[in-house]
Amino acid sequence: MQLSRRQFFKVAAGGLTGSSLVAMGFSPTAALAEVRSFKLARSTETRNTCPYCSVGCGIIMYSLGDRAKNAHAEIIHIEGDPDHPVNRGTLCPKGAGLLDFVHSKNRLRYPEVREPGSKEWKRVGWDEAFDRIAKLMKEDRDANFVAKNADGTTVNRWLTTGFLAASASSNEAGYITHKVVRNLGMLAFDNQARV
Amino acid sequence: MTNHWSDIKNADVVLIMGGNAAEAHPCGFKWVTEAKATNKARLVVVDPRFTRSAALADLYAPIRTGTDIAFLGGVIHYLISTNKVHLDYIKSYTDMSYLVKDEFAFEDGFFSGYDAEKRKYDKSGWDYQLGDDGFVKTDPTLENPRCVWNLMKAHFSRYTPEVVENICGTPKDKFLQVAEMLGSTHTPNRVMTILYALGWTQHSVGSQIIRTAAMVQLLLGNIGRAGGGVNALRGHSNIQGLTDLGLLSNLLPGYMTLPGEKETDYAQYIAKRAPKPMRPGQLSYWQNYGKFHVSLMKAWYGAAATRENNWAFDYLPKLDKSYDVLQVFELMHQGKMNGYVAQGFNPLNSFPNKAKVGAALAKLKFLVIIDPLATETSEFWQNHGEFNDVDPAKIATTVFRLPSTCFAEEDGAIINSGRWLQWHWKGAEPPGEAKTDPEIMAGIFLRLREMYKKDGGAFPDPILNLTWAYKVPSEPSPEELAKEYNGKTFADQLDPKDPTKVIKKAGELLDGFAQLKDDGSTACGCWIFSGAWTEKGNMMARRDNADPWHNGQTLGWAFAWPANRRILYNRAAADPAGKPWDARRKQVWWDAAQGKWVGSDVPDFKIDSAPEDGMGPFIMNPEGVARFFARGMMNEGPFPEHYEPFETPIGVNPMHPKNPKATSNPAARVFKGDMEAFGTAKEFPYAATTYRLTEHFHYWTKHVESNAIIQPEQFVEIGEALAKEKGIAAGDRVKVSSNRGYIKAVAVVTKRIQPLKVDGKTVHHVGIPLHWGFKGVAKNGFITNTLTPFVGDGNTQTPEFKSFLVNVEKA
Amino acid sequence: MALQSLDIAKRSATTTEPPQARKTLEVAKLIDVSKCIGCKACQVACMQWNDLRDEVGTCAGTYDNPRDMTDQSWTVMRYAEVETDRGLEWLIRKDGCMHCEDPGCLKACPAPGAIIKYTNGIVDFHQENCIGCGYCIAGCPFNVPRISKKDSKAYKCTLCSDRVAVGLEPACVKVCPTGCISFGSKADMQDLAEERVTELKERGFTNAGLYDPAGVGGTHVMYVLNHADQPTLYSGLPANPTIAPTVTLWKSIAKPLAMAGIAAAALGGLFHYVMKGPNEVSKEVEAEVEKELEAEK
Repeated sequence: MQLSRRQFFKVAAGGLTGSSLVAMGFSPTAALAEVRSFKLARSTETRNTCPYCSVGCGIIMYSLGDRAKNAHAEIIHIEGDPDHPVNRGTLCPKGAGLLDFVHSKNRLRYPEVREPGSKEWKRVGWDEAFDRIAKLMKEDRDANFVAKNADGTTVNRWLTTGFLAASASSNEAGYITHKVVRNLGMLAFDNQARV
Repeated sequence: MTNHWSDIKNADVVLIMGGNAAEAHPCGFKWVTEAKATNKARLVVVDPRFTRSAALADLYAPIRTGTDIAFLGGVIHYLISTNKVHLDYIKSYTDMSYLVKDEFAFEDGFFSGYDAEKRKYDKSGWDYQLGDDGFVKTDPTLENPRCVWNLMKAHFSRYTPEVVENICGTPKDKFLQVAEMLGSTHTPNRVMTILYALGWTQHSVGSQIIRTAAMVQLLLGNIGRAGGGVNALRGHSNIQGLTDLGLLSNLLPGYMTLPGEKETDYAQYIAKRAPKPMRPGQLSYWQNYGKFHVSLMKAWYGAAATRENNWAFDYLPKLDKSYDVLQVFELMHQGKMNGYVAQGFNPLNSFPNKAKVGAALAKLKFLVIIDPLATETSEFWQNHGEFNDVDPAKIATTVFRLPSTCFAEEDGAIINSGRWLQWHWKGAEPPGEAKTDPEIMAGIFLRLREMYKKDGGAFPDPILNLTWAYKVPSEPSPEELAKEYNGKTFADQLDPKDPTKVIKKAGELLDGFAQLKDDGSTACGCWIFSGAWTEKGNMMARRDNADPWHNGQTLGWAFAWPANRRILYNRAAADPAGKPWDARRKQVWWDAAQGKWVGSDVPDFKIDSAPEDGMGPFIMNPEGVARFFARGMMNEGPFPEHYEPFETPIGVNPMHPKNPKATSNPAARVFKGDMEAFGTAKEFPYAATTYRLTEHFHYWTKHVESNAIIQPEQFVEIGEALAKEKGIAAGDRVKVSSNRGYIKAVAVVTKRIQPLKVDGKTVHHVGIPLHWGFKGVAKNGFITNTLTPFVGDGNTQTPEFKSFLVNVEKA
Repeated sequence: MALQSLDIAKRSATTTEPPQARKTLEVAKLIDVSKCIGCKACQVACMQWNDLRDEVGTCAGTYDNPRDMTDQSWTVMRYAEVETDRGLEWLIRKDGCMHCEDPGCLKACPAPGAIIKYTNGIVDFHQENCIGCGYCIAGCPFNVPRISKKDSKAYKCTLCSDRVAVGLEPACVKVCPTGCISFGSKADMQDLAEERVTELKERGFTNAGLYDPAGVGGTHVMYVLNHADQPTLYSGLPANPTIAPTVTLWKSIAKPLAMAGIAAAALGGLFHYVMKGPNEVSKEVEAEVEKELEAEK
């Protein structure tokens, strides 16, 4: 019990006066009991799939506003999708906490770069990031592309740069990633399935 | 999964082994509790730890980590010797009667053809005997000593309950209770499902463990049936999809494979992958490989892929060896790599031997991180005290960190373990300037293409010819990409049965992979996904959850590959005459009146092939049947054999005590330096295993406040006996070390880990949850993979995270 | 809003009878511990729905986190490794408000309208009326309410009264991945419990049973226990919970007597309370009640 004995006895006197007062007809009129108002009444529902394990639970994301031009949709609550044949509205502790993933303070917001030897990040624009990355990739590819092996067989591979693909990005992202990466001749290419 | 989540409710027995479904897949596990509540199903859990799954089990048996083949081998021996096999099933649906070449042998821990120098087998002798007609020779009487059945019986006869107890530490009576429970499903009216996950894959013999499980299920006649199957519970939400799409070093989309550098001839490349039937009347569906392949190359290269240039065969890079992540980080560690991109991936935490991985990354010229979260990998160069003690000044890697969207901020499909492609919708804008992965890939690619167009460079042809007809080139939309992997036709396609009828007009989306052609008239980015987005619209977005057969098969919900089929090999749910084995569990059956297969599922079969035709249910195999004998398809042998983990607590393989070279997987690849980094039981006496907790997801949810609250701080689990021996109390801080490094964590002292008696010794397990790191809102902690060994499965190179050696002491 | 529109059955420290004519459905939550894996989804769903976030704590060498209920954690899982005749069992219990038919907290509460019992059986705290005295804690036989250090108000599970009010199930019920938590009419939940008990007996749990303790008039949160003969195995679930004798004593004897005696002084007493906080009590009373508490242990 968390209440200290001392507190416990302080309670008694307060209780005495309080309940006695009401018993004599001095019932407070304001602030009668009401339940909290239902917080999702007019929020917008969007169907999605939990991004964690492979059960693929259906979720409903509730967002602020009704998609009007001037309303900024902010997700305010996430629950299981009761129509989904597998999870039937249920979620695990990870799925149930998805809102805190969406709003994690460790979400990345801007492209950054850490220069050689540096101790810190520096914010950069997307164009600069893309330009620099593409340039580095091209330099490496042009320098190390293997068109033919020692036997003179055409092998067209690029081994000095590798790529690890995501485990939770959608098929469409995965498809275009494969298309680009293989097209450059990369073989050092895996996804989370390998581990 | 051969089956799918809701199908688990149809099981009579559920075996969870090599996984912990309650912990890692709670919402899928509900179908286990459902099977128990409504089907009187029994749950059996075999695990080194008494897990959350075990908490609900009817029967729990402990097992030493890494000894699953011995356990399951013991089950095979039990089933065969007590005649608890579904004989009618295996006679018709497996290779049990096939004759094996005389060269094949097994002696003293090695199969025939072993080269100890190269740690490799010459697998040519591991095959069937072929007759003059080119077909496999069989002996339906099973009398020939060279038939698979007799070889298999002999192989597993060594796995007696006593041997199982001695290797696994499972008390004999517990083992026999499990075997008996599993064996109860050999009758046609009872079915068992097996649920496994990374507790099987993450071993140096992982693939063979899974094969052993498949053999158990075949013996019991449980494959292809509702409530049955061998079910891989994948670890991540779209790891199934990314694998299906072939984002692995040796794959192309739809489980097609890249050519090796010796495969210089295009026709031979195709022919090798499109095997002719090995028995009369078999379908051997991979014979269509050419259609899938040409359609892929047309999707990628359009008009630049022509018959004349072998559909741009030269554009594909050719393999000289495997480039799995262990190989790649080995090369990186040797300083042979310059650039690396990690998209939604945290290799510093995810790969074994963190010290080696960190040192490898430090040798890169540039590293690109694409992620929604601030991962440890993105800050491998930053000093985080004891957790990551590096000197940034000495690390010359340029690191880019690009913010990507998360699930809530994009449209698209992801694929669950049951192979369901489920579409999801965007609910909000991403934070700051975050972009979607396709936008980021486009951003890099379009710049590269521009530079190659302008300045030229090494082999620019594929780059310049890659199809990119997206309406907004910098932002390929999910809809466009989904249609691209579904496939379309360039020309009018005629009905093969009635060439006067046009079934598809030029430009239309295809209905499925049966419409693919190898003449260049169709394009399809991933043949197994064909049918996902047709002229009828987005099949992945379907939301009809009706379950008219009450078997959990909601064919109107989303789209399952292949062809919206929910249970693979479902032809095997019917007997050879085409009648369901069990009327209570009808899947597909032959309707003679209609002359076709019908049922509650999409038949996994040639729809009009009558039972009399004798076509086998395993249509992807050229044999038409399932294989007990793996031929040359596995690197360490056609039959599974027990080998110890590379770090073994007993130092010997009790199956082959006289052959130290057969202690651990003889065909597993070990790099120089990594062998030396293995520890021995003398210094590191305890068997360790890593795993997930239900409160967390991998290395993500330590960034998530609600999950940090319910499981805030790194801990390790040790049994009461070991704790007593070491004077450790619950809540003490302990140091856990392997030959590669150490971590410190809080000790959870538990009755749920019991010491096991193995080969005359006492083996203690140490359980190490993996979720912590030096970035997050949970309490910072050590990277668990500081401890793990840099060695992988002999076939897939999946690291041996589940069995290694540590020492434990009070910190 | 008026009492009748809110379907209130009882109100703390209030003698005015609420309207009784309407009969609403009596609801209950059934927690079947034999299906519980201790995943804590219910804890997260509770914090998400109720907009609560406890501190990120530490690991104390167990799976229990947060380690106890707080004003931010209205439900916690409690884990017990128990050796029974079946071998090792991991008995995991979701702890939280039981929503007693005869709520000791409400009986003990001196603040008018701080504790409400609705006609559907839900017992709810209304913090705006709470004086932070903590008497509800003493009155609760399950040790559930917790006082916030921030605002000195008492908090506990509301059975998601805001969800139930619009016809939804509580958040923990909806989320539970293994189907261990169910929600419906109390009668339906009793039927379901019977089914579950039969099932468990068939599996060899001969003492399986329903926990719906009579000492508090039954509860609107009930458990199916596989060892119903030993509720204490489940991290100290009381075998025969009753309202603390001090509360019973106060309500049945002391209060009427006191009311008769202090009628004239009461108004002054309230003002004193409002202005200065609760009175000190005499050493005499303190010693007496201390004795009672000792006896309870």
